[in-house]
Amino acid sequence: MAEKTVITSADREFHERIVALSGQALTMCDQCGTCTASCPMINEMDVMPSQLMRMVQLGDAGVLETKTMWLCASCFACTVRCPRGLDLSKVAEALRQVTLRKAIDRIDIRQIPAEEFEELPQIALVGALRKLTG
Amino acid sequence: MTQDNDHASREERGESKTGGLKLPYYPGCTLKTTARNLEDSALAVADALGIELVELPRWNCCGVVASLTDDDLMRHMGPVRNFIRVQEMNSTGLVEDELRLVALCSMCFNTLKQTNKRMHERPKDLKSINDLMYREEDYRGEVEVVHFLEILREIEPERIAGLVSDPLEGLKVAPYYGCTLLRPKGIGIDDPERPTAQDDLIRLLGATVVDNPRKTVCCGSYQTDDNKDAVANLAYDILTHARAAGADVVTTFCPLCAFNLDNRQRVVMERHPDFEPMPVLYLTQLMALAFGFGEEACRFDLNYTDPREVLEASRLVREGS
Repeated sequence: MAEKTVITSADREFHERIVALSGQALTMCDQCGTCTASCPMINEMDVMPSQLMRMVQLGDAGVLETKTMWLCASCFACTVRCPRGLDLSKVAEALRQVTLRKAIDRIDIRQIPAEEFEELPQIALVGALRKLTG
Repeated sequence: MTQDNDHASREERGESKTGGLKLPYYPGCTLKTTARNLEDSALAVADALGIELVELPRWNCCGVVASLTDDDLMRHMGPVRNFIRVQEMNSTGLVEDELRLVALCSMCFNTLKQTNKRMHERPKDLKSINDLMYREEDYRGEVEVVHFLEILREIEPERIAGLVSDPLEGLKVAPYYGCTLLRPKGIGIDDPERPTAQDDLIRLLGATVVDNPRKTVCCGSYQTDDNKDAVANLAYDILTHARAAGADVVTTFCPLCAFNLDNRQRVVMERHPDFEPMPVLYLTQLMALAFGFGEEACRFDLNYTDPREVLEASRLVREGS
């Protein structure tokens, strides 16, 4: 039997926070799955981009525990294809920022082996520091 | 002044689009280190075309990736400071009445342009940044961020073809576009699904364009730092599609795509022993080769997968050069 989804005030608050940070009208998403079909990182993800959108619509803060939001590299493939004109790259960025602003980093740049560090282009390092650390 | 008006006014003044151009140029960090092959080849090609790329004095990091949250203005300051340098170049006479800022690195291009768009769309944000950077002159919002590929597209095709001394006949090239030249809308310089901007230039060099269905798929970007395997999987997918389409080489304009598609082939080969290495070149390296420049401009020595063997096989590079 279908379960009733209860949206608590905490859920609502989380939803509104992501709307404010991303500037996206999240309730516009009608779960068509175009973002999921367009995502190059899909094989690495634990929830699909469209599922991530659903979780945020419902204000489910458990979305912050997903790998998916960290794997989005803002390639904008879903953004240019979304029939509702939503920018999922901005939603993923907003979710990352919620965690990063608590000074919880996703990567520790010191863990990169020295020989790897020497080869990596600066844009790879600065890009990751910008997206994955606070 | 809007960007379109800026274009129109230049044309109305009857200025040549093809020669004697002197443009502010933003190199960014990676072109001075791991992507010297992009800068050296592009500057040689620009010079041959009569385009002087004048490096921005005191340029600073663009931030690499655009800040996408609504409230994070701080990260737009870097790009804006670079736009102020462009204004200063005009007032000090380094360039004349030229507010186009040329980027060679696709990531710099994208990040700078996204900030510029936001400054155009949200004057309040521009005012906040100007107020905060009170020691600088105000950014007036008039700079136009362009990619070098856009400048190349403005040049009459005959002029480029006329500079080709060593046509790349027989070479099959799969142009790779990735993300930052194409997306998001309003930033990209070409059709985000079916781009052709590199294709036309490749044909002018005498080479054959082959179509890679993965030409617009992201290479994994900065995920290469801590998610090397995922990036290697993407590189494998993109390059095997290029190979299947008959490509001898793949071209790009992005130093991060170049790294992910080229360097990460080492990881690909560990997993797929039958994978045949695919040279990944900057399009400007092929242009420099076709224009008859030597190694000092082509800089094939800096590519991880040495392209010289493939180019020699196509009798495009003399052995030992």
